[in-house]
Amino acid sequence: MDAPELEGIEVDVFVQALQKRHGYDFSQYAPASLKRRVRQLASQFQCKTISHLTERMLHEPELLPRVLEGLTVPASDMFRDPAVFRTLRENILPLLASYPHINIWQAGCAHGQEVYSLAILLEEAGLYERTQIFATDLSDRALQHASEGIYPVKDAQQWSRNYQASGGGQSLADYCSAGYNLIKLNQRLRRNVTFAMHNLATDGVFCEAHLILCRNVLIYFSNSLQDRALSLFRDSLVRSGFLCLGLRENLELASTARDFAPFIEPMRIYRVASHVETLSA
Amino acid sequence: MMTPAAIAIGCSAGGVDALQVLLGGLAPGLRQAVLVCCHSRSETTEIFRRVLERVSALPIAEAVERDVAHPGVVHVAPSGYHLLVESDLHFALSADPRVNYARPSIDVLFNSAAEAWGDRLIGVVLTGANADGAAGLRRIRQFGGTAVVQSPADAEAAAMPQAALDVAGADYCVPLLDIAPLLNRLCLP
Ligand SMILES: C[S@@+](CC[C@H](N)C(=O)[O-])C[C@H]1O[C@@H](n2cnc3c(N)ncnc32)[C@H](O)[C@@H]1O
Repeated sequence: MDAPELEGIEVDVFVQALQKRHGYDFSQYAPASLKRRVRQLASQFQCKTISHLTERMLHEPELLPRVLEGLTVPASDMFRDPAVFRTLRENILPLLASYPHINIWQAGCAHGQEVYSLAILLEEAGLYERTQIFATDLSDRALQHASEGIYPVKDAQQWSRNYQASGGGQSLADYCSAGYNLIKLNQRLRRNVTFAMHNLATDGVFCEAHLILCRNVLIYFSNSLQDRALSLFRDSLVRSGFLCLGLRENLELASTARDFAPFIEPMRIYRVASHVETLSA
Repeated sequence: MMTPAAIAIGCSAGGVDALQVLLGGLAPGLRQAVLVCCHSRSETTEIFRRVLERVSALPIAEAVERDVAHPGVVHVAPSGYHLLVESDLHFALSADPRVNYARPSIDVLFNSAAEAWGDRLIGVVLTGANADGAAGLRRIRQFGGTAVVQSPADAEAAAMPQAALDVAGADYCVPLLDIAPLLNRLCLP
């Protein structure tokens, strides 16, 4: 048997062991990225083989948060793809404004960059007081980071340009305080944010949302898991609720895609199709 | 040797010009899937695609996640994402952090393509100012694939092809103008 085949087996065993030991199911993730991350994790823990990583994961439960973080890689930016945030600002928030109370679910919130971006949009639209944001992720460490809202100052320059490009009328600096090499987002921005653990692979509906933002999360999922997550979104959205995905996501292979009608397709913004009976209907 | 099934090309500084020369020389009858990873600062691949379309006999398309790598099509990695190939030859995208300061990274593409196509892959490293692609090209060779590197002396930026030679070596190290004829020879029956 050649080395790559052997490694394939090791990855399968690792994924199974993780599921049995800690209940986290990665078996439906797209293999190429998953393998890459398992490999990186092994080298991060200085394990010669993935089997060695499996052994440590099994016997050292305190490693779990770091293992999960390594497998999910919470990489993000504030106002990433500014055109999307501009569209939310100009085309979606005005439609949400007709609701007396607005629920937004941000699934896969990573270190919270998009949560604070959303909160800023809502503040500037005068909608934040009547909005509740549910920010969820699978990784506990990511959530902790997200609730702190502290980021390297070197990222802030790009983010500040992104903010301007998204149609922001102020300066990003107005929303954070800068230290020596870190910035901290104004904690007032999270007054209506609930951070919670939620696994799109195994958990169910928990809220009735007017807008779900889930960008660059489903790209890591196999077709069947993508389909599961989309069903979950469909079942969580109010009638005519909005779904915003990452700019390069492809829904064509998911049978649930039928339940979403393109609203602003180039920005990957969809609306629950009218034939779908939603919870609130 | 088995006929190659795919060609993966990586380039950086000076890459757009080099790609025009290379793709412009590929035979229209090529049945290989061609994958292109070119570092660029632009946020879309739109203009890049149009430029290549003008010279290429093969159709140019941005690689679409979950879509299959089509024979005879040049698939360009979208900007801002790593492009990977699954073992069933479907594309996957990743928003993981930059690798070698780049996203898309040539190493990420080459590593996954090497596993997907094994000895039926040709990896090509062109001009560029960093070392991305070198480790990936080594992996392609480890899997029995063929490595083609633009002669550093001939490249607008020599660092990338030089790093590839240092780390991976090459089956062919030739000037840019000779690469398309070489690929045609390796690929056409
Ligand atoms: C690449 S980040 C995307 C962050 C942000 N939405 C963006 O586009 O910039 C992907 C996030 O999805 C989370 N994630 C991965 N699998 C998940 C799952 N099964 N359930 C919930 N979150 C998950 C990861 O922890 C990570 O924070």
